[in-house]
Amino acid sequence: MNSTRLRNIMPLAAFAVVLAILPQLPIPTFWITLMNNIGLASLVAIGLVLLTGVGGLTSFGQATFCGFGAYLTAVLTTNYGFSPWLTLPLSILVGAGVALPLGLITVRLSGHFLPLGTIAWGLAFYYLFGKIEFLGRYDGITAVPPLEIAGYQFFSSSSIFYVIWAFVILTVICAQNLLSSRVGRGIRALRGGGQAAESFGVNIVRAKLIVFVFAAAAAALSGWLYAHMQRSVNPTPFGLNMGIEYLLMAVVGGSGHVWGAIFGSAIVLILKEILQRVMPSLIGSGANVEMIVFGILLVAILQMARNGIWPFVLRFLPAKPPQEIPPTDGNLPKRTLACAGSPLIKVEKARKAFGGLVAVNDVSFEVPAGRIVGLIGPNGAGKSTTFNLITGIASLTSGSVYYQGEPLTGDSPRQIARHGIARTFQHAKILPEMTVLENVALGAHLRGSAGVFKSLLHAERVEEATLLAEAARQIERVGLGAYRDRLAGDLALGQIRIVEIARALAADPAVLLLDEPAAGLRHGEKQELSNLLKKLREEGVAVLLVEHDMGFVMGLVDHLVVLDFGTLIAEGKPADVRQHPAVVAAYLGTAA
Amino acid sequence: MDATIATFLIQDGVTNGAIYALLGLALVLVFAVTRIIFIPQGEFVTYGALSLAVLDGGRVPATTSMLVCFGIAALLFDLWGMRRSFSAPPLLRALGINILLPVAIYAVVTVLAPLQPAPILRAAMAVLIIAPMGYYIYRIAYRPLADATVLVLLIASLGVHLAMMGLGLIFFGPEGLRAEPLSSESFTLGPALVSYQSVGIYITTILIIIGLYFFFERTLIGKALRATAVNRLGARLVGVRTQLTGSTALIMAAAIGAVSGVLIAPITTIYYDTGFMIGLKGFVAAILGGLGNFPLTAVGAIAVGIVEAFASFWASDYKEIIVFSLIIPVLVWLSFSVGSHEEE
Repeated sequence: MNSTRLRNIMPLAAFAVVLAILPQLPIPTFWITLMNNIGLASLVAIGLVLLTGVGGLTSFGQATFCGFGAYLTAVLTTNYGFSPWLTLPLSILVGAGVALPLGLITVRLSGHFLPLGTIAWGLAFYYLFGKIEFLGRYDGITAVPPLEIAGYQFFSSSSIFYVIWAFVILTVICAQNLLSSRVGRGIRALRGGGQAAESFGVNIVRAKLIVFVFAAAAAALSGWLYAHMQRSVNPTPFGLNMGIEYLLMAVVGGSGHVWGAIFGSAIVLILKEILQRVMPSLIGSGANVEMIVFGILLVAILQMARNGIWPFVLRFLPAKPPQEIPPTDGNLPKRTLACAGSPLIKVEKARKAFGGLVAVNDVSFEVPAGRIVGLIGPNGAGKSTTFNLITGIASLTSGSVYYQGEPLTGDSPRQIARHGIARTFQHAKILPEMTVLENVALGAHLRGSAGVFKSLLHAERVEEATLLAEAARQIERVGLGAYRDRLAGDLALGQIRIVEIARALAADPAVLLLDEPAAGLRHGEKQELSNLLKKLREEGVAVLLVEHDMGFVMGLVDHLVVLDFGTLIAEGKPADVRQHPAVVAAYLGTAA
Repeated sequence: MDATIATFLIQDGVTNGAIYALLGLALVLVFAVTRIIFIPQGEFVTYGALSLAVLDGGRVPATTSMLVCFGIAALLFDLWGMRRSFSAPPLLRALGINILLPVAIYAVVTVLAPLQPAPILRAAMAVLIIAPMGYYIYRIAYRPLADATVLVLLIASLGVHLAMMGLGLIFFGPEGLRAEPLSSESFTLGPALVSYQSVGIYITTILIIIGLYFFFERTLIGKALRATAVNRLGARLVGVRTQLTGSTALIMAAAIGAVSGVLIAPITTIYYDTGFMIGLKGFVAAILGGLGNFPLTAVGAIAVGIVEAFASFWASDYKEIIVFSLIIPVLVWLSFSVGSHEEE
């Protein structure tokens, strides 16, 4: 084990030791019970952190999933004599199983329909729990058996404390493993709009479903623990108000941090305890003052510290060491490139109309392997739209695009990426809160295959190491080695464009589409970029380049395509195109 | 079930549906203009209804003091905003809106309430107390978040809802109240017995819808609101003050909520949390209309009302479950008709 890995594990180990000692100290049971409740809430809040803070989705209905976990184990253990340990996987499965169809319905919708849907089901299931005879209606189910290991029964607060917090720590580890994996990079890309991620083969809908189901499973686990801690269940703790409270915990803690979830749960529950004890003596009636305080707290946190309180705590903790790339001898397989000159991309009468405006008007051209083709034209000529048509981000109105004779029409950006078509964006779409290394590794998404379960257990470390090594190699190649561990959002615009190129290179592209890569670069940097592109051309990569810097374009490309108002007005060798009267007219205007 | 029960259920459904329609329209209005999913809409219904019930008893409702407190809080926000560039006119304006207005309303209500004025005046007073709250809520909770995402605004809405519901519980207590009807007469129309109260509800709903239509089509501020709804940045560039349109939208929402509360208070017992459920049914209607379409929302609301009425007859235990499940097929339909690329 190397030193960085040790440093990564230290906080968790220290936390575990503190927890292990705590119940042995002469602390009133009341505090231990409170800690247990914090642990239970943390499980739900960790799921929400992944869902809301990382994935950009929100649910007010997490308490419902707790309810499914709790009721399932309560019914099976009381009525059918199941062992609680047997119902543990069942509870988690039921939580995930309920989440899957709900997620399939809602995650495809834009941001706000999911939370609205969660409010609706939060209420509907609350009433349902309370109406079903089988579940004991509003009285619920009592006499749920305690957990038991080898005859030892976890009756007391301080004994079940260990079970609860063991599960919390396990969940923290799983959540962090997931986030730092290939799958996790896809999930973290969701908040950035997901378009860039999708262009590198991340299945956005699937990534959303993964976090959604993970969050539900964590909540169901919490419900299972609750049932055996409380040893009774009724609908109250699974209503909408609790769902809102869980979200409050995630927001207060800091919705982007796994540890923030535990911190937020602790703040909210301790505050609730204080309010319930202190307020009645202050204003006479204890009528749910915490509701008002929590409401105001939620709004205040959003107004003043939208990233929660945990980032303030982080400032006092030692900075996280830069991510170490484990040594690896594995190399990623490389694509065999077509021989130079053979046509790779063929655009045939491509047309894109936005209502009455024809942005791309029956344009045809080819991009052969081992050639650099320049796509130029004045602003608004339809260059970027043409890019979007090729990469599937925009859909063709008519015409077609072929890759090696195979039609791409109607394919999603994700399917198109599989052919080895990688791109950069005119308005750089990097993920500012991820490091340069992680951003570039996203480009290599399709070169790995590890799924969710491997990622949760961190069993994909060999593959992950090769992906990171490949990303690091590409970063070195474009000359950003010194910035590898910086947050991508801290870089200058020109460097961000280069990060995008490195990300495209990490995909091992057969075709590289670059949308104004030289904008914002200094002269020397342009020179380096030019050399890099020439080298790629020698290797057999096809490059399609949109660029306004004519000096850069003329010295580099083999073939030029000129668009004006969506129409192809000239194409050919750079020297010929330069003299073409239509091109001169388009750029400089005609003499009246 | 015979025809009499059916007509009764339909009538009941349409009456409730009319209320849901009003709330659904307010929600669509607020969402279009401000991108706020306005969960606290239902609290205005509660406040309006309970204020009317208290006024019926000749007492001054606690909402008047709440209004003054909201005003003071809004003033503090304004003062904080002015801490760097301090000048008299904005200060006077802030004092006028945040202190003078609520205190004036407080004075009027305190004087008039014990005199037990005509029912219609009491209703007007209830609306007068509640409507300005929309402005203060916007100033306190939402304006500092004007640039936030829909998601952040939605979470903030939940916070506002919790706080307002909690205040409702403290000031009105856990017991339900019912107001006196504006009219307790009724007449027969074919097989149905129609109460004047429900006729009042229909007429008010229709009038408000017509009023909204003229407001949006014929007035400058209405057009400014529509412009903001279509494109916030564009509206700002041509000189529309989006903060003004935001607070206008919330005042309208609060007023519509209060009117709904006043209308429904005589026919249902209102508890501190009843408004939330009513408001959510308005949401179901708004979602049925795709959260952006006024006529569809109104139709959806009537449908929600009728489904609810029949559900309470056949399966009263599962009434709420059935109503809230209504949105599932709509969400399914939306998820298959909308591409997955629309999140830019």
